[in-house]
Amino acid sequence: MSSVTLTNVSKTFGAVKVLSDINLTIADGEFMVLVGPSGCGKSTLLRAIAGLEEVSGGEIRIGERRVNDVAPRDRDIAMVFQSYALYPHMDVTKNMSFGLVLRKEDPGKIKSRVDVASGKLGLGELLSRLPKQLSGGQRQRVAMGRAIVRDPKVFLFDEPLSNLDAKLRAQMRTEIKALHQSLNTTAVYVTHDQVEAMTMANRIAVMNEGVIQQVGPPLEVYDRPANIFVAGFIGSPTMNFIEAVASLKGKPVAILNDGSHLSISTKNVKAGQKLTLGIRPEHLQMATAGLAGEVLVVEPLGMMTQVVVKAAGTHVELMVLERTDIAPGAKVKLATNPAYIHTFDRATGRRIE
Amino acid sequence: MVGKSNLRRAFEGTGLYMVVALYVIFALFPIYWTVKISVTPQNLLYSEGIKLWPSKITLANYRSVLAASDFPRYFLNSMIVSISTSLLVTAIASLAGYALSRFIFPGKVWVSLLLLLTQTFPLVMVIPPIFRIMGQLGLTDNLYGLIIIYTAFNIAFATFLMQSFFDGVPKDLEEAAMIDGCSRFQALRRIILPLTLPGMGATVAFVFTAAWSELLFALMLINSEGQKTFSVGLLTFIGKFAVDWGQMMAASVLALIPVCLFFAFLQRYLVTGLTAGAVKG
Amino acid sequence: MAEARSDEINSQAKMRRLRIWAEPWLYLSPALIFIVTVLLLPLVIGISYSFYKFSAFHSEYAGFDQYRALAADPVLYHSLSNTLWWTGASLILQFFLGLGLALILNRPFLGRKLVQAVVFLPWAVPTFLTGLTWAWLFNPLIGPIPHVLYFLGIQSEAVTILASPDHAMWGPIAANVWYGIPFFAITLLAARKSIPTELYEAASIDGATAWQQFTKVTLPFLAPTIAITVMLRTVWIATFADLIYVMTAGGPAGSTETIATYIYVTTFKALDKGYASAIAVLLLVLLILYALLVIQLRRRLLRDF
Repeated sequence: MSSVTLTNVSKTFGAVKVLSDINLTIADGEFMVLVGPSGCGKSTLLRAIAGLEEVSGGEIRIGERRVNDVAPRDRDIAMVFQSYALYPHMDVTKNMSFGLVLRKEDPGKIKSRVDVASGKLGLGELLSRLPKQLSGGQRQRVAMGRAIVRDPKVFLFDEPLSNLDAKLRAQMRTEIKALHQSLNTTAVYVTHDQVEAMTMANRIAVMNEGVIQQVGPPLEVYDRPANIFVAGFIGSPTMNFIEAVASLKGKPVAILNDGSHLSISTKNVKAGQKLTLGIRPEHLQMATAGLAGEVLVVEPLGMMTQVVVKAAGTHVELMVLERTDIAPGAKVKLATNPAYIHTFDRATGRRIE
Repeated sequence: MVGKSNLRRAFEGTGLYMVVALYVIFALFPIYWTVKISVTPQNLLYSEGIKLWPSKITLANYRSVLAASDFPRYFLNSMIVSISTSLLVTAIASLAGYALSRFIFPGKVWVSLLLLLTQTFPLVMVIPPIFRIMGQLGLTDNLYGLIIIYTAFNIAFATFLMQSFFDGVPKDLEEAAMIDGCSRFQALRRIILPLTLPGMGATVAFVFTAAWSELLFALMLINSEGQKTFSVGLLTFIGKFAVDWGQMMAASVLALIPVCLFFAFLQRYLVTGLTAGAVKG
Repeated sequence: MAEARSDEINSQAKMRRLRIWAEPWLYLSPALIFIVTVLLLPLVIGISYSFYKFSAFHSEYAGFDQYRALAADPVLYHSLSNTLWWTGASLILQFFLGLGLALILNRPFLGRKLVQAVVFLPWAVPTFLTGLTWAWLFNPLIGPIPHVLYFLGIQSEAVTILASPDHAMWGPIAANVWYGIPFFAITLLAARKSIPTELYEAASIDGATAWQQFTKVTLPFLAPTIAITVMLRTVWIATFADLIYVMTAGGPAGSTETIATYIYVTTFKALDKGYASAIAVLLLVLLILYALLVIQLRRRLLRDF
C-alpha cells in the first residue's frame, strides 16, 4: 500500500501534447477516480503510472520510490483492463495465480491467496473454467481476482465496467467500492462515466485535453466546480448554462439575454462583465414569479420528471420531484435560490467566487 | 435471404456446385493424371495413354523407383532440409513479425521495405556470388548450405505471415502479463505464442512447401549423390529415363505426397490467421 | 549529494531509454542478419559483376560495356516483350480465377472444407514438377490435352503446343495459372472474411443488388490486399525461370524466352556472368520501380478509404 505522487508529468506524442504538467498526489489507501471525456488523457496517465507508457517529463513516485525508469513488473502494481485481458488458454485459477507463479511463490501461499480472492468475488464454482466459458460480469470478476491475488501497492482500473450492461455496471460499482473498503489498497480508477466517479471515489480528478481541471471529493466538485467544463461534465442531467452580463446596482445582478434579472451570490464581478451562469436542474423550481418560459418537453422518469423549458433565449432543464401534469406549451415561471447560481467568467470559463 | 423463389434458389445452388466441381476438376486433374500414368503398366502406356483409367494397374513403377534408385536418400535429404528450414524460418519470422506487429520505432518502414525487396530479386542473379561465398566457406555440396540459403529467402514472406497473425492477438494480453511480472519476451513466450500456434503451423507448412520445391540452388550447389535433394534427384532421374513415363510419374507422385498432405492439413490456418490479422489492418 | 542523486537518475533513465530503443531491433536481428549476409551481400556482389567481363580464367573491368551490349541486344527486347506477355496473361487469369474461387469458398456449402483443401493443393506442388506435369499433359503421346484440342477443332492436329513458336507460351501460362490460383484464393478469402457482414446487410436494405454490393462493398475493402498480392505475385512471376525452363527451355526459337530464363541461360549455358548480371540488374530496377508504384497506389487507396 502506497501513495502515488505525480509531479509535473507531461507527455508529448509527436507534435501532440497528450499530458500537460500533471500534479497529483494520491494518498495511501485512497480511491482516486480520473474522469473526463474521450481523449482527455486519463488512460494515458493511468498507463504512465503503470509503466506501459513513457512520460516525456516529470516524475512519478509510488510511495517514496521514483519509478519513471522502472519496468511495469517491478512497480508492484496490478491492473484491471477494459477488455479484462484474461489469458485465453488458462483457466480461472491459472489466470489468477499467474503473477505469483512468475515470482516463484510457494504453491501453498498461492493457493490460499487464490482461495481468499475467489471467495471475496464469488468465483468458487468457476475456478476451472476457461475465459471463453464465462459471461462478461464473471470475466470482470476474474480480472479483479487476478489483481487482488497480487496484493499490490496500487490497483489500477482502466474503464473496467464499460463493456457491461447498465444493470451489471451498477451492481459491480457497489462491489468494487465494498472491495476497496475491505482491502484499503490505494486505487486509481479511470472512467468517462461521471456517475461511477461520483459514487466510487474518495476524490475525483476531472481531466480535459491533457490537463487536470479540478481535484477534490465528489461532492465538493459537484457543489463548487472550478470551471465551466467541470460544471458541465459532472452532474446528470447536465447543469444549465445561461448567458448573462453582470450589473452592480447595490446588489450584484445578472442581466439575461431576454432582459430579465437574476440575483447572484458573488460580488467579485465588474459591471458589464460577460458571465455564464450555471444552475443545476434540481435547483430550479416552477413558481409564481421568476423567469418566464414555455414548456417544450416533459420526460417522466418514474420517481421524478424532467421538464425542458424555453427561457432566457435558451433551453433550460429542471427536475420536478413528483408527478406533474404539466404539458408542452404551458407557460411557466422559474425561480431559484441565488446561492445555487454558479457564476463563471464567460471568457476564461473560470468560477467566480 | 428473403425474396428469392425456390426455383431461383435451386438454380443458384446447382450453378454453385457446378462451378465448384469445375474448380476441383481443374485443380486435381494434373495430379490425377500423374497418378494414373504411374500405375499404368508399361505395355499399356501408349495404347491406353488417353484413357481415363488403365484397364490394369501396377505398382511396378513405384517398386523400381523406391528400390532401384537413390530416391529414399533424396527423400530423406529433402525432409531434413525442409523441416530444418521451416522450423528455423518460423522461429526467426516469429520474432521479427512480433517486432513489426507490436513496436513503433524509427526505421520500421525501412525494415518492411527491405523485407519486401528480398522478394523482388531475380534469384538467378545471386547464384554466382552465393556459390562463390559458399565455396569459400566450405558449405557447397552440403545440406547446411542449402538450409542457410533457403532460410534467408523465406524469412520475408514468413515474417509477413507471422506479423499478420500477431496483429490478430490483442495487445493488452501482453500488457497484463507484463504487469503480472513477465518481461516482454516471457509474455511473448508464455502468453502470445500459444495463441498463434495455428498461425505458426501454417507458416511452417508454407515454408516447408517452398523448401521442398526448390530446385535452382539445390541444382547448383549440390553435386554428390548422397546430398541431393528430391527436386534435383527427380530432375536427373527424368533426364536419365527420358521415356520411362511410368517411373517418372511414380517418382513425381512420391515427391508430392509429403508436401500435399502437410499443406492440406494446415492451409485453413492460413486463412483464419490471415483473416484475424486483417481485421486490424 | 543532490547532484549525485540526479546523476544516478540520469544514467538510469538513459539505460532504460537505450533498452527501449534497442528492444525491437533485438527481435529483428536474426532476420536482418540472415538477410543481409545471405542476400544483400551477394546482391551487391552480383551487381558488381555487371561491371566486369568474365572469361575462362580472369575478369576485367568493363565499366558500362555490358549495359551497352544490353541495349543493343535484340534477344533482350524480345525477352522483355515475352516477359510482359507471360506475366500479364498469367496474372490476369490467376487473379480473376482466384478471386472467383475465394468468393465461392466464402459461401457455405456441403463439403466446403474438403473442397477447400483440394483446390489449394496446386500451390503445394513443386514448381518444376508443375512444369513437367503440364508438359506431359500437353504431350500427345501420354497427355490428353492435344487430343481434346484437336477434338474441339482448336488444333488441326494433335500435337503439343509447346513446339509451336506462336502458341508455346500458353503452355507455361496454363501451368502457372494452375499453380497460382490458390495464392490469390487464400489471401483474398482471408481478406473477404474480414469484411463485417453488417455492411452487406445495410447495403441490401439500402437496395443494392448483388453486383452493386460486390463493387461498392467487397472491392473497396479488398483493394489494399489486392494491391499487395498482385504486386508480390507479379514480381514472383516475372522472376520465375523454373517453370518455363522445364517446359520449353526458352524455345522454340526463343518464343518463350523471358528475362528470367535469359538470365539463367546466360549464366549457365553461356557462362557469361557479367552479362547475366547486367540483365538481372535491369530486371531488378524494373521490379523495384513497379513495387514502388504499387505501394504508392496502395497508400492512395487506403487514404481515400
